[in-house]
Amino acid sequence: MIAVLLRMAEKTHIPLRSAKQEDFAALLIRVAIGRDRAAFATIFDHFAPRVKSFMMRKGASTEVAEDLVQETMIAVWSKAALYAPERGAASTWIFTIARNLRIDRLRRESSAYFTDLEDFDAPSDDVPGDEALNRSQEDSQVAKALAQIPPEQRELLILSYVEDVPQSMIAERLNLPLGTVKSRMRLAYRRMRKLLEVVN
Amino acid sequence: MTIVHHLDDATILSYAAGTLGEALSVAAACHISMCAECRTAVRKAEALGGEILDDLEATAISEARRAATLASLDDARVAKPVVVKSDMPAPLQRLLQGQGFAQLRWRKKAPGVAVYELPLSKGAKGSLKLLSIASGMTMLEHGHGGEELTLVLEGAFKDKVGRFARGDIADLDEETEHCPVIEKGETCICLYATEAPSHYKTLLGRLLQPFLKI
Repeated sequence: MIAVLLRMAEKTHIPLRSAKQEDFAALLIRVAIGRDRAAFATIFDHFAPRVKSFMMRKGASTEVAEDLVQETMIAVWSKAALYAPERGAASTWIFTIARNLRIDRLRRESSAYFTDLEDFDAPSDDVPGDEALNRSQEDSQVAKALAQIPPEQRELLILSYVEDVPQSMIAERLNLPLGTVKSRMRLAYRRMRKLLEVVN
Repeated sequence: MTIVHHLDDATILSYAAGTLGEALSVAAACHISMCAECRTAVRKAEALGGEILDDLEATAISEARRAATLASLDDARVAKPVVVKSDMPAPLQRLLQGQGFAQLRWRKKAPGVAVYELPLSKGAKGSLKLLSIASGMTMLEHGHGGEELTLVLEGAFKDKVGRFARGDIADLDEETEHCPVIEKGETCICLYATEAPSHYKTLLGRLLQPFLKI
């Protein structure tokens, strides 16, 4: 694991303003290891405006959305050591933090079941370094795969992920039986998985 | 432990997206804690969420908020991973506050059937229960509204779909009607979550129907 961290940290001599996905993973490691404020500010400037859109799409006011952005980004700072690059991209990890806060605050349910499973997410030694790097590249392929699936499937996915609409409500909105929405979801997901396998 | 029955892909997606309700999500999380295959599937679905987040338009953050966030970093506590070792799936262990099945105050609902209600937050719909069903019992034929999950924790049952033992989850579609039989020898303990509006036709409803006349 340490070898991976060092290799990723070595890649961080990059112009801070043009960071890409792999670079955000390295920046998170710099936050985790060195409490690096400049690295954090770069992460903030990229992700905070997107997390704000994410919260507002669910109906949060500007003020509430910014509160949730602040909470999300402070969690990124304080939990950075729990980020495991071999598990996926920085954007994936930040998405899970924002998702959980949205469940807790905007839907007033508890997302504690996600945190209960966090020890499975903790950095481990069982992933060889090369595979760890491959994983973080795999995530940059998700974008390509997403662009390749049919638009109606992509729309369903975005409704689910961004607007926090349960499948039963999507069914109502599109005037489709729940079973149809579910099978379209399955198709979209399997398509994504297959595209990712081809890429690798 | 070999898990045969997994979460449906549609359930994995809505779990990872965070749109699955709390009751169903706790049952899904308990299965995921026991199932490496579904953990991988969730990870992929979360990667999709990360990509969709990254693709969102940027909405400018006020300069004051940015400054306030950066200024508050010194006060933020650094989180450490907490590793709990238990046979009980972690989300269930938390909800039971560490108690074992034998220590719970089960409510007898019918001969051979006991129920233990688990707490959900105020905003949550539906219900989450532990069911204890005596060995040898046969449940009435029932369908699924697509809004319920049953995870086996102890013992086993069999039906036309197959055998469900520890770690297996029944995430069945609306068309599947079945009448499970609890295997002889051991009481079957299941975690049961539903968000269906009425219990009629659900597993629990059909289980109690002859006794409650619902």
